[in-house]
Amino acid sequence: MNYIYELLNILIPFSFISYAFMKNALLAIIISAPIFALLGTMIVNKKMAFFSDAMGHSALCGIAVGVLFGFTNHSLSMIIFAILFSVLLNFVKDRTSYGADTIISVFTSIALALGLTLLSFGGSFNKYNSYLVGDILSITSHEITYLFICLILVILLWIFAYNKINAESINSSLSKSKGINGKLYDYIFSAFISVVIMLSIRWIGVLLINSLVILPAAAARNISTNTRQYHIWTVLFSMVMGISGLITSYYIHVPTGPMIVLLLGGTFFITFIIHSFAQS
Amino acid sequence: MKMENVDREPCGMHCIKISDINVRFGKNVILENVDIHIHSGSLTALIGPNGAGKSTLLKSILGEVNHTGKVSFRNLKENKEEKMTIGYVPQSLNIERDIPVTVYDLFASYISNYPVWFKKSKKLYQKIREQLKIFSIEDCIDKQVGKLSGGELQRVLLSIAIIPMPNLLILDEPVSGIDHNGVRDFYKIVDQLKHKNDIAILLVSHDLNLVKKYADKVILLDHKVICEGTSETVYNNPRFHEIFD
Repeated sequence: MNYIYELLNILIPFSFISYAFMKNALLAIIISAPIFALLGTMIVNKKMAFFSDAMGHSALCGIAVGVLFGFTNHSLSMIIFAILFSVLLNFVKDRTSYGADTIISVFTSIALALGLTLLSFGGSFNKYNSYLVGDILSITSHEITYLFICLILVILLWIFAYNKINAESINSSLSKSKGINGKLYDYIFSAFISVVIMLSIRWIGVLLINSLVILPAAAARNISTNTRQYHIWTVLFSMVMGISGLITSYYIHVPTGPMIVLLLGGTFFITFIIHSFAQS
Repeated sequence: MKMENVDREPCGMHCIKISDINVRFGKNVILENVDIHIHSGSLTALIGPNGAGKSTLLKSILGEVNHTGKVSFRNLKENKEEKMTIGYVPQSLNIERDIPVTVYDLFASYISNYPVWFKKSKKLYQKIREQLKIFSIEDCIDKQVGKLSGGELQRVLLSIAIIPMPNLLILDEPVSGIDHNGVRDFYKIVDQLKHKNDIAILLVSHDLNLVKKYADKVILLDHKVICEGTSETVYNNPRFHEIFD
């Protein structure tokens, strides 16, 4: 880690990088931006925006369960909770005929309420307020390592399973006829989303996490006509706006998360206008 | 119009037996004791009112819907059971007009593990182009899937379904989105496929005139098989008139 810090000191000739928390924040963004971008492309295509939002809200329950069972490592309890939660949600969704949005709402409401109830037992919810808005400057090198492992896993998923997830999302009967076990890939993909969101919730916050997943992909979709362009633009928007947001927030003294989201929001409207002109 | 016998030689060397299929969703009986035989080299058309269970039957054969009963594939010449491959042409895709997925992306996702978000593979691209060429739609390869015409999309899906050439080709014909000429051309293509290859075709259809012209066998389904045989037999059945008149 020290070696990476040294490298950052040499590579970036600005004063903000002299603070350790800025180094960590920058690393976190460089690592997490491609994760959110890649997952986001498929979440948008599969119309799962609501699912990833729900996972963010359910994170509180993950923390609460961890606290309840005396886990000292919140990340670990949240990961276990995330996987169980997403598998259970998919399981119930596949066995009912009402829309996915209803099932997701049911699960989220319960998880959120349970999380709030458990965490404020004895009136101490204030301690967990930071989970709502997050604080990127508080990210630890430990968490950065987790994120890095996530990045590797997501890239591996994308290399080995992207086609199958894509095939399943476009038509599940067709993928079945081609011998693809689409349901399995759906479960794996949902579990990935849940884990990444849980790991990021502490420094991005429940309220903003979904923006970072959805906005880069949504902005890229406006100007992409094939899968390759879509991926390049999404990763680019996610990286550039993430880093710009961090630096801007440092200089103008505003919270980093909202700053990044605002920049991404602006990007969406710019690409939207480009798209509208291209159409006419 | 002359109807061909489904048991003719030299085709029909393989027989697909769909026996005693039952599907229930809760208390609703969707399919009841459905028994169908399909021979290779023949086109079987499945007709019936809306909600008759036609799509559910296709999905049972694909193994996507829980059902009782059995689907078996028999080599009649050697009298033994073989593993059956199925090609499927869905009615529609779950996509929007602007989705950044080209025909190459779509095609490659189903037939290859080479990630479509990565730089295009020349070999794969060429392979897909060749396959699209069979139906003269090779120029569509870089078009966005959502921007294809109904007829183009159907041909793309058909070319995905026949790589590799399956034993059974299942076609779920779209209810709308293709004009009459497009539908007629599609039947012609399917007819050629049947003659050039030893495959069995099962088609859910909504165009009774074209069914009459191209199908070797017609099955009228309404939760169970009401009647089956040549189009003449089925079209003269009283239940046929009850349903379609």
